[in-house]
Amino acid sequence: MAKIQMKNIVKKYGDGFPAVNDVSIDVADGEFVILVGPSGCGKSTLLRMIVGLEDITSGDMMIGEKRVNDLAPKERNLAMVFQNYALYPHLTVYENIAFPLRLAKAPASEIDEKVRKASKTLELDEHLDRKPGNLSGGQRQRVAMGRAIVRDADAFLFDEPLSNLDAKLRGQMRTEIARLQKRLGITTVYVTHDQTEAMTLGDRVAVLKRGVLQQLATPRELYTQPNNLFVAGFIGSPPMNFLPATVEGTTLSMPFGDVTIPQKSADRAAGKGLLIAGIRPEHFEDASVAEVGEGSTFRATVDVVEWLGNEAYAYIPFEAQPEVQEQLTQLERDLDGESMRTQLVVSIDGASRITAGEEADIWVNAEHIHLFDPSTGENLTKEGKVQANEQATDTGEPAAG
Amino acid sequence: MNRKIGTAVGFLLIMVWCLLPVAWIISLSFKSQEAITNGSPGFLPVDGGGAGWQNYIDVWNNEQFRRAILNSIGISLIATVLSVLIATLAAYAIARLEFRGKKFVLTAALAIAMFPVVSLVGPLFDMWRTIGLYDTWPGLIIPYMSFTLPLAIWTLTAFFREIPWELEQAAQVDGATSWQAFRKVIVPLAAPGVFTAAILTFFFAWNDFVFGISLTSTETARPIPAALSFFVGADPFNRPASLLAAGAVIATVPIIVIVLVFQRKIVAGLTSGAVKG
Repeated sequence: MAKIQMKNIVKKYGDGFPAVNDVSIDVADGEFVILVGPSGCGKSTLLRMIVGLEDITSGDMMIGEKRVNDLAPKERNLAMVFQNYALYPHLTVYENIAFPLRLAKAPASEIDEKVRKASKTLELDEHLDRKPGNLSGGQRQRVAMGRAIVRDADAFLFDEPLSNLDAKLRGQMRTEIARLQKRLGITTVYVTHDQTEAMTLGDRVAVLKRGVLQQLATPRELYTQPNNLFVAGFIGSPPMNFLPATVEGTTLSMPFGDVTIPQKSADRAAGKGLLIAGIRPEHFEDASVAEVGEGSTFRATVDVVEWLGNEAYAYIPFEAQPEVQEQLTQLERDLDGESMRTQLVVSIDGASRITAGEEADIWVNAEHIHLFDPSTGENLTKEGKVQANEQATDTGEPAAG
Repeated sequence: MNRKIGTAVGFLLIMVWCLLPVAWIISLSFKSQEAITNGSPGFLPVDGGGAGWQNYIDVWNNEQFRRAILNSIGISLIATVLSVLIATLAAYAIARLEFRGKKFVLTAALAIAMFPVVSLVGPLFDMWRTIGLYDTWPGLIIPYMSFTLPLAIWTLTAFFREIPWELEQAAQVDGATSWQAFRKVIVPLAAPGVFTAAILTFFFAWNDFVFGISLTSTETARPIPAALSFFVGADPFNRPASLLAAGAVIATVPIIVIVLVFQRKIVAGLTSGAVKG
């Protein structure tokens, strides 16, 4: 067990393109850190640099107190679970799990004891004599994990381990991994593009975009206090709504109408001209159904309603100014999405009777409105932020609590 | 239904076309020498024209023939083992490593295989006599290797490219050196390719006639195809066709054995289950 420190890690490929650019992350001993981002953000490359399958162009990779930049993978004592499991098809499940121990020339009795223990933990006992080809996806996944936990590695590394499983199994395995990590208390770095996995598993989550660390924080902080437009748009489903807005005094003018925002937010946004307001879907409500507290109500025509039982999503299209539109299109591209149209997604109570095509009163909670600078994407209303700095990169002190 | 019958008829025609000469040689090998000299056109020996196993016994008792068989087996096996070994290492390097001149190696290998065997026999004959390799086992093993290596390298490169690279990386993370990863993970998975290359190499070496007859002069190194041509019997003007046929059948046996043994190893889909497809 050990901590992992990444100091100003850079990875440049032959063409000079930085796949990972100046990333610094400290993973504390026993901590579960998630690397998340859209495809091509460099998260897998970073993980492979930790394990030693990828050369580090510059920066220091420290495991424990040792600089490991120039060590071969076998000398780093890390265990990794690959995206496609990478099981040895010519070996039985037993031998697959025993493989690292056999390489370490452990005595047969010790190997047997450890393999049986791992297989018991992962409920693989009845499959020990089978070949990986005859196993289901979930079982293969567990064998891959068995191979990782069987030896006393300093840390676990997961490279999108659940992306090949179906939705139900993914949920089960996610819980399983969380439980295992808590029980073994081993330092873990986990790569995923799935924000649900990121939010549920991680002690802390590092959000990457095109090789640059955007924010490193607890899931709660990421959700409530995103550093910038990208993080705000990436975390949360359905995603945060982005609207063009201007501030005058404490009045925020948006396409649907004016909302009064707290003085604190207004001060920070003063004099910035056109802004992007970010509001999460759950901070809206159907004014006719819910007990609405402080905030403002506006009237809008609902385009589509998706009723899910406990809640419903109402879609309200709007027109955005070209300056903002461009930024939003770019954001959509960064998030791997397809910019369909500018629309507001509103999460309303399941009891709401709003139907498509109808005009409705929508209430919005002004407390939770974020304001972003359209040119830099920076979150102006982030708590504890003193001054705006260019492309904020929070290199993260270990999370509180 | 019609389709099925058509397929069956076509299949039968091809089988007859391919196997008739083989069947005829077997038939010949059971006829007595007199019956053949007198003319015995039937497939089955006529009354009194059958020789039973006598031809086989006669051939086997011939010292020259036994030596030739031994030479062929020895030379072919050594050439196969060496060729496959070298090809495996070369193919792995070509499939996995980035180095300058990779393309050149592949093209050069192919170019070597394109040389007509006959055009090289003359120079080789002179060289081998000077160096002292003439009429020795290595004198045949070396040309066999150089002609089979390209094919083996190409076959194995294709196989290595099929093996997911993650397997090797997983092995390295698990604590293996590059060599251990190669030996414990990659080679077992490339086994079908290795055996394919082995069969092809063995075929070439076993069936070669040109080198065999030109680069040898005595039974110290003469392989079976060459030996059969020297197999004249007591009367040089009346070649013992039935004995030759028996010899040819015996010479085919090792090939059949090798194919049967290796075929079992060529199991398709050995890598299934390694990664999610």
